[in-house]
Parts: sequence; C-alpha cells; structure tokens
Amino acid sequence: MSVTPLVELRGIVKKFPNVVANDHVDFSLMPGEVHALLGENAAGKTTLMNILYGLYHPDEGEIYVKGKKVKIRSPADSIKLGIGMVHQSFRLIPVHTVWENVVLGLKEAGFILNKKKLAETVKKVCEEYGWNIDPNAKVWQLSVGEKQQVELLKLLIRNVDILILDEPTSVLTPQETKNLFKALRIMAEKGKGIILITHKLEEVFEVGDRVTVMRKGKVVATKPTNEVTAEELANLMIGRPVLFKLEKPEVKKGNVVLEAIGLKAMGDRGVLALDDVNLRVHSGEILGIAGVAGNGQEELVEVLAGMRKAHGGRVFIDGEDVTNKGVKYLIEKGVVYIPPESTRWALVREMRLVENVALKLYRSKDFSSTFTINWRKLFEFSKKLIEEYDIAAHSPSILASALSGGNLQKVVLARELSTTRDGKVPKLILAAYPTKGLDVAATEFVQSLLLKYRSLGSAIIFLSEDLEEIMMLSDRVVVMSRGRIAGEFLPTEKTIEEVGMMMVKGSAA
Amino acid sequence: MSIEWIEPVLASTTSIGVVYLLGSLGEIYAERSGILNLGLEGIMAIGAAISFIITIAWGHALAFLVAGIFGILMGLLLAFFAVSLRLNQITVGLAITMLGLGLSGFITFPTTRKIILQTLNPELPGAVLETQSVSMLPSVPIPLLKEIPIVGPMFFNHNVVVYITLILAPLMWFLLFRTSAGLKIRSVGENPGMADALGINVFRIRYLTCILSGMFSALAGAYFMLGFQPFWIEGMTGGRGFITLSLIILSTWSPLRAIFGSLLFGGIEVLQYRLQLFGLGATSPQFVLMLPYAIAVITLSLLSVESFRKRISAPAALAKPYYREE
Repeated sequence: MSVTPLVELRGIVKKFPNVVANDHVDFSLMPGEVHALLGENAAGKTTLMNILYGLYHPDEGEIYVKGKKVKIRSPADSIKLGIGMVHQSFRLIPVHTVWENVVLGLKEAGFILNKKKLAETVKKVCEEYGWNIDPNAKVWQLSVGEKQQVELLKLLIRNVDILILDEPTSVLTPQETKNLFKALRIMAEKGKGIILITHKLEEVFEVGDRVTVMRKGKVVATKPTNEVTAEELANLMIGRPVLFKLEKPEVKKGNVVLEAIGLKAMGDRGVLALDDVNLRVHSGEILGIAGVAGNGQEELVEVLAGMRKAHGGRVFIDGEDVTNKGVKYLIEKGVVYIPPESTRWALVREMRLVENVALKLYRSKDFSSTFTINWRKLFEFSKKLIEEYDIAAHSPSILASALSGGNLQKVVLARELSTTRDGKVPKLILAAYPTKGLDVAATEFVQSLLLKYRSLGSAIIFLSEDLEEIMMLSDRVVVMSRGRIAGEFLPTEKTIEEVGMMMVKGSAA
Repeated sequence: MSIEWIEPVLASTTSIGVVYLLGSLGEIYAERSGILNLGLEGIMAIGAAISFIITIAWGHALAFLVAGIFGILMGLLLAFFAVSLRLNQITVGLAITMLGLGLSGFITFPTTRKIILQTLNPELPGAVLETQSVSMLPSVPIPLLKEIPIVGPMFFNHNVVVYITLILAPLMWFLLFRTSAGLKIRSVGENPGMADALGINVFRIRYLTCILSGMFSALAGAYFMLGFQPFWIEGMTGGRGFITLSLIILSTWSPLRAIFGSLLFGGIEVLQYRLQLFGLGATSPQFVLMLPYAIAVITLSLLSVESFRKRISAPAALAKPYYREE
C-alpha cells in the first residue's frame, strides 16, 4: 500500500489503577474508509480514542498522524492535527444558535461576527451532506439527530479529516441512523477517515469498510468487513458464542394486573404527551412498548409509577382504582419502576452502594425502627445482592460513582426487584429502557431477569429503543406515536420493517 | 403635573441610574462567563472611599484612575479565589464585600485619612484634611441637544462619566453579542468544558471578566461619590451593589437592557424621595425602596421556569467552578 494512513497507533499502553485499559494496541485508519471499532463496554475502545483525541496520555506507544509522529496533549492539539470527536453526550450550548455553536473558537470567523455570512457557510456544509438545519435556530429547539449533525458540523467546518464517533447511533431513531450513515459515506468519499466506535454488529456491516475488534484492552482482530460474518465478530468480541435467540419459556397468562383506560397526561413542556391511552397487562406477560423517542412512552410509565399526574382517564391495578395515588402507595401495591438513566433517576452517585440500597428499604420494619436504621443488617443484605446479581463491587461501602454503567443498572434492578412487599414477587414491573447503553453480557443478564419474573407471574411493561429486542422479548407489542397507541400486535404478526413504519407514520400500515 | 416637576426627576433618575449601569456593565461580562461577583457592594464602597481621598489629594481624573486600579486588584483577588482555587463564589463574594466595606471605613477614618492625605500630597492645607465633602464632577451640557424638552435634561445635561457610560453600554453589548470574543465569553459561561475542548482558555477569560467586574464596580463607586453624592459617609453605597446584582437579573444579562433597568431602578429611588416630599409614602418609604428587590425576586422566580430560562438565556454555568477533566 502506497497511501499513507491518516492515523497510525503503535503499541499503545494505557494503565488505570487496577486495570490495563489498553494493552499494546495497534490501530490504523486509511483515507476514505469507515473503520468500525467494535467491542463490549469497558473493552478499551473509548480509552483508545480518548488518547487519540488528547484527553488521555498513553503510558507507552507512538501516534503517527498523516505519517508524522506526534504528541497530542489536549483536544485543542488534536483539532489542529485534523482530528475531531463526537462524544456520546453532546457538547453543545443549547441556548446559542446553531451557527454560534459551530463557529465558536474558529479563527476564520473574524473578530466581528458576520451573522449572515456565517449562517450561509454553515448552510452550505449542511447541503453537502443532505442535512436540513436552520443555522439561526437555537440548539435546544433541535431533535437529537439534528444536534448530532451540529456536532459534526463543528468538525467539518474546521476541515477535520479524521472523525471519531463514539456510539453515535445509541440516541438515534432508525431513520436518523440511516441519514447519519449516508453522511458518513459522503465524508469517506471525500477522503476523510471515520472511526466508528460501536457495540452493534449490524452497524459494522452497514457502513464499515474495515473492523477492529477489541476485547479486554487488546486488539483481537482487524479485518475488511466483507471477509467476516456476524457470528465470527460476535465470537471475537465476547470470546464465546452469543445467544442470538433467547430461551423464552412458555408461561401461562394470568389475570389482568394493570388496566389503563383513556389515560391523558401533560409532558414537561406543558403539551399533551399522552392522549387517550388504553392498556391491559396480564400477569406472566411482557408488554413491549415501541416508539420513536419522545412519543409518550416515558410519560406513560411515569404516570403508571405515580410520578406524573394523569389529567384524564383511570388506572386500575388488580381492579382497584389507583389513579394519581402517588408513588408510595403504588410501591406498597407492588409496582416496581426501573427508570431510564439510572444515575439520574434511581441512584445517588455520591452515596455508597449500601446507602443506595437503603433508599427504598429505610421504611421497612426489617431494617429500621422508628428512629434508627439497622445498617449492619442492610450491609449483609447488600452483600447478598452483590452476589446474587453479580455486581462488580468488592464491598457494599463502595461509592456508586465508582461503578460502571452496567453495574449501576444491576444495583437498580437488585434494589427494585428484591425489595418489594417483604420478599414477594413484584406485581407490576415498569422497565424503562433497562438495557440502554449496556454491553452484550449485561443486556443478556437484564433480559433473562425480566423473563425470570415473567415466569414468576409479574406483569411487565418493557421499553426499549432496540426494536429487535422488543420483538424478541415481548409477548405483545404496542406502538406509540404522538402520545397515542398507533397499533397493537403479537411479535410474530409483523416484521421489524413494518413496525418501524408504524412508529414513524403513527398508524397501522 | 407640570413639566417643571418632571424634568428634575428625570435628570436625577439618569444621575443615579448611571451608578447601577456602570456597576452592571462589568458584572454582566463576569456573569456571562460564569462568575458571580457578590463582592460588588464592597468593591463599590472601596471605589467611593478611594475616589474621595484621591480627589482631595490629586483631583477628579486621578481619582477615577486610582479607583479603577484598586477595582482591578479586587477583581484579581476574586479571580484567584473563584477561578484558580475554585472556591464557592457566594462565600468569596461575601468575604470581598466585608473586606471592601471594612477597608473603605478604615482608610476614611479621620486619623488614617489624615496620614494618607499628608503622604500623598504634603502641600494640602490643614482644613482640607478634615473635610467630609469634595467638589462634584462638573456638568458638561451639550449645546442644542440639552434644549430638547424632557430628553434634554435627562440625557444631555450631565458630567462626562454619564455620557461615557451611556455610550459604553451599547458598545459592550455589541462586543458581547456580535464578536467572537463575546461568543467565547458567553460560551465559557454556558459550557466551559466544551469551550476548553475547542481551544479556548477558560481561565484566561474568567480572569479577564473578573478584572472587568472589579474595575467597573470600583468606577461605579467613584462615580457615586463624585457625580451624585460628593459627601463621604461610611457605608454610603447602602446596598446599591446588591441592587446592581438584581438589576442584572432583571435585564437578563444584556448591557442594552441594563440601560432601561438602571433607569427604572434609578427612577424608583428618586421617586421615593419625591413622594416623601408630597407626603405620599412618608410613613413607609421602605415600601418604595423595597421595589427593586421585589422586582428581582419576581424575575428570579420566572427564571427558574426552564422554558423561560431557555428563551432569555441565563448563563448555565453561573457560579460553577470549572474543573478540567483529567
């Protein structure tokens, strides 16, 4: 090959206390290619890219950019070398306009900012990639997909030719994902190099030219995507064959646990988020709710969990009217809520694991008297949970912030599922995106847990952004669109494509 | 009511309003970059005290210069604690206020003041060493324009500092909202991490805005002394620094809207004196004096509504120290 690689990493080593995040990693990126970097969470992908981006400094190894050996000390350095990164959480200023976000820190913009000219420049770049953003719009008005485009615009306008995208599709709808991949291909055609960090196998084949698989800090393979199969990659990634099909035992559907009739509720912005929603869930049944993010699914589970007020309609649990009864009452009825974003809604990062477990148990007679909490008992109980749920924590006194995302989710599940009504099986489990952002092994764990409680007779409402997961896990599927139920069916009745259309169009196709 | 009554009221409205406007100009920059300078009141008091002494010793022009320099030093002190040491800005600000109030009382205490004055200018006659009052900044009426009814006395019959401040406000608005320097300042106050990643020096910008805030606060104090009330009383700033802080909220961090806000607050203050003359509110002048704070509380509660906050853009990283990710 006579072409100089855009990036070459040789023998990169990065150690953190207790763990070697990168162990003699070699990696290269050619101009015009989309290079997928595949691996489970904590495989070292993000660490490697943060080294290239200048956030971390390698303990050993060399970095070559366009054939020249370089030292990258900060993100500002990497931008000068033409390296840009789009992080999972966007780094944008919501109250500023699109063009203001894009030209911030850009020398070419000049001292006095010519609004018209700059907006036009931004518009022009948008058109190259088929994006349709108003440069004068405030960023908070944009959809998630558009915000990501603004992040890319920031890099493109700086003529970055090495783009790193950290799991860019985890927040996107299928349609937005398709648009993103189209744009990435255009960038590649222009000779830019794109590194796509992902743990989704199908994305590797959809856009990738080459794929590098990482496992436990090491590169286990680098191959052109047309020379490997999904099964091979999965084996390389996990080190064992993945269960592509879940074992789903036959469970006899029981009586109706939850019934919602004509439910209406307002969203955070004060507009109607739920409009005449009717639902029924039986014991021993998983009801999957599919929908593009922001179409009322989260508001629905919040109303059912007692966290959001229903403005109309009724909710019954076991035939009892529990509409707007409040969280505490519903917990006592046996409703379990697993909120999205565990660190935001379910856990206190600054508290210890045992304290986080105590957050729901402090009322229980077993663990507290009128004034005091029996910490020793709670400690023992937390230890049991750590074992049972295989949480990677050496002691219950570890700070929650020291745990990884997958382990935090396990803590939430452990607390919520094992602390209901003094050891009884939860009556209703509201699981809002419980597998979001988890790696394959942790996802499998959560899924099998839900199936276990299904066998034990819980009624389960399951939200996921992954349609395949919904179709696989659910006994029945409901599609939500604009706060309404757009369709209800058995997972065997429809293909994923049909459901996707339903999500976007808002009615049964 | 006759126009003779209105014109002097409007003229004093501008006179006192400029105190607030001058103080807010620097502080708006600081808050836009994420720094809350609660020490404004104390720095204002220092500015007033210093300008009082320096005017006696060296005259008006140097009084403003020296007050400005001391303001810059106080701004640097604030920056050191709030930006470099990343201490809680509320605590640091209140400490600076106390320091400023104490220091202003100390240097103007008759014995200390005498020593300072004699050191600065040994030729001063003995009587001047004891005086509490100084000469006011001279008015420079603008010919023709000052003849316009209402607008004339309100804006064109004042001292130089008033004119400069009124011109500075739109200039500083332009700098903040229409230039790349302003964009950097605003971005640092919204998301310092992101600004840092784009190669913007967060610490340098925050040091700069701290200095601006300190300087303008001290100048506001000096103007209050020399342009409005040329008579030294300890604690003469009387909470005007805090009123300035609430004015900034009311004007939603815009130097342009601060013009109107400061005139409104100035007007309330003047009216309070006037109404007493008419017997109105004589029994409870506190009510009118409370109005600026009441307005600030209402504005603050409106700001807590997220959708409202987005529209008028209060700095998201206000009073939050910045730690660089390591």
